[in-house]
Amino acid sequence: MEIIAQRPKSLTDLQFTYCPGCTHGISHRLIAESMDELGMRNKMMGVAPVGCSVFAYKFFDCDMAEAAHGRAPAVATGMKRARPDMHVFTYQGDGDLAAIGTAEIIHAANRGEHISVFFVNNAIYGMTGGQMAPTTLPGMKTSTSPYGRDEKDIGYPIQACELLNSLRAPYFIERVSLLSPQDIIKAKKVVKKALQFNKEERGFTFVEFVSTCPTNWGMEPVKAMEWAKENMLPFFPVRNFRDRSVEGGE
Amino acid sequence: MAEKVLMKGNEAVAEAAIRAGCRLYFAYPITPQSELIEYMAKILPKVEGIFVQAESEVAAINMVYGASGTGRRVMTSSSSPGISLKMEGISYLAGANLPAVIINVQRGGPGLGDIQPAQGDYFQATKGGGHGDYRLIVLAPSTVQEFADMADLAFDLGDKYRNPVMILSDGLLGQMMEPVEFKPYKTEDELKQLDEQHFDWCMYPNEDEPNHHHHEINSLEIDPLVLEQHVIKLGKKYDLIEKNEKRFEEYNISDENDVVVVAFGTAARIAKSAIDELQDAGKSVGMIRPITVWPYPYEAIKNVLHDRVKKVVVCELNLGQMVEDVKLAVNGKIPVEFLGKVGGILFTPDEIKTKILDK
Ligand SMILES: Cc1ncc(C[n+]2csc(CCOP(=O)(O)OP(=O)(O)O)c2C)c(N)n1
Ligand code: SF4
Ligand SMILES: [Mg+2]
Repeated sequence: MEIIAQRPKSLTDLQFTYCPGCTHGISHRLIAESMDELGMRNKMMGVAPVGCSVFAYKFFDCDMAEAAHGRAPAVATGMKRARPDMHVFTYQGDGDLAAIGTAEIIHAANRGEHISVFFVNNAIYGMTGGQMAPTTLPGMKTSTSPYGRDEKDIGYPIQACELLNSLRAPYFIERVSLLSPQDIIKAKKVVKKALQFNKEERGFTFVEFVSTCPTNWGMEPVKAMEWAKENMLPFFPVRNFRDRSVEGGE
Repeated sequence: MAEKVLMKGNEAVAEAAIRAGCRLYFAYPITPQSELIEYMAKILPKVEGIFVQAESEVAAINMVYGASGTGRRVMTSSSSPGISLKMEGISYLAGANLPAVIINVQRGGPGLGDIQPAQGDYFQATKGGGHGDYRLIVLAPSTVQEFADMADLAFDLGDKYRNPVMILSDGLLGQMMEPVEFKPYKTEDELKQLDEQHFDWCMYPNEDEPNHHHHEINSLEIDPLVLEQHVIKLGKKYDLIEKNEKRFEEYNISDENDVVVVAFGTAARIAKSAIDELQDAGKSVGMIRPITVWPYPYEAIKNVLHDRVKKVVVCELNLGQMVEDVKLAVNGKIPVEFLGKVGGILFTPDEIKTKILDK
């Protein structure tokens, strides 16, 4: 019998600790499948963030470091510089990457570190129970913006791809969505491209996943997907921002 | 005998670190340690080393964490305000059992303070600084030669115990020039050995060894019972370090001593001049100079308190920090007096003499 679906080798057999319907599991799978397909696992070292995906260091079946909150790009810099013949990626949430770790991501990108960064934007602090994130949408209610995010008081959501796209060094920047099966198929291609560029030592690669957090948004998973399509995609448009491998891919 | 060269402490320790096999260095500029980062920027690229000027001390120490996690010798340096920023990463290094060398070229504080030599970071270095139950091995040099020699020692201790090690220096030792004799560079074979010594636990996947693909560098144990065991194990390591690694210098210690001075680093340097002058005038004063300020050589102090010794004088460039450890060692047996200077001001040998002769 032909096996048509199985656990990627780049994932351990541990059960995910994510809530039902959470997109963290999908992004893990896309990264792991791409690692398998590109034959990168035996040269891969990853960095897990602090956030719901803190246990990513147990889930990815390659060498893994668990970083302090927001510091993954600095940790990855140290790893890649120390072992330049290896491949390095980070996996980070929005609080991790776009709030406490803003300096680390901007400077790792600006140095053009040869690492891949996978950024899970669910517009909320999942792990700590649903507080406002730097990516929380205007008007969106969270436990620390109980009256809705007031952009006049606390500013607008940070658009990480757009921000990094102002830097010259990054090689590849793209935002993808995990909000429908078609989107996920497209996202897989982008993840694989980023890792392919990583393998070829082309430079800094960045993929943002527009994701959901059904638990802290207080929605059923399907409803969360619909809500995100309607509300997140206008603010976080899915597109390629930078692809140095193609002509005019600035 | 190798030739002696005249060098600033900051440069000497950088050169010594490279000779000890350090090929990775991450830091952020700050006075009075800038000669160190500048030396690394200049020399490391010439020896196939990696120098990265980080965006902050926070980033620098986390680069150290990543590099150390792959099993290689790695160093960072800063001065007091920057060391405060490194404390997060130091706690994570300790929690993950990672070796690393951190140099603090102390300046006056608190806050931005000034850029003159001080010893106000003793508590931070020896009693915690970062969060959680951990210990740093802390070495305190008092000459440029010793500062340089400690690079080698710090890397060896770090590798031996898989623990971060701090060299607690100060702006005087960093900036002053003294003749230094260096150890030879590590040979290719030695470098290879250093590189491979941590392969059993570090991150460094190996294609020829396909079963090696899941080493974790981590300080998280969400299950309290597992964390309990982890911290107990750290505690046992710290006990072992306390048992094996206490270092101190006895200066002019004899049965004739009426007074014993305890001082470390730059303060001990000045105290030596005072002791020599008193000896010439016929007054016998000895000194214990802790070289490791953690683990602290309590017994070394206790052992020299024979009946003739009337008091202990502690000299520090702060408001009184190590004096607490000296009091623990003396345990109320005789008076412990304190002479401090703050703000980046040094005491003179005369001031120390006066304190010693004070009835
Ligand atoms: C220095 C520090 N500050 C705060 C925290 C608490 N904390 C843990 S996870 C988190 C937010 C994570 O949110 P995000 O990065 O968006 O990840 P998600 O859980 O949504 O995937 C915070 C604030 C911490 N662990 N460390
Ligand atoms: S809290 Fe949200 S982000 Fe975290 S696992 Fe649950 S659904 Fe996913
Ligand atoms: Mg989040």
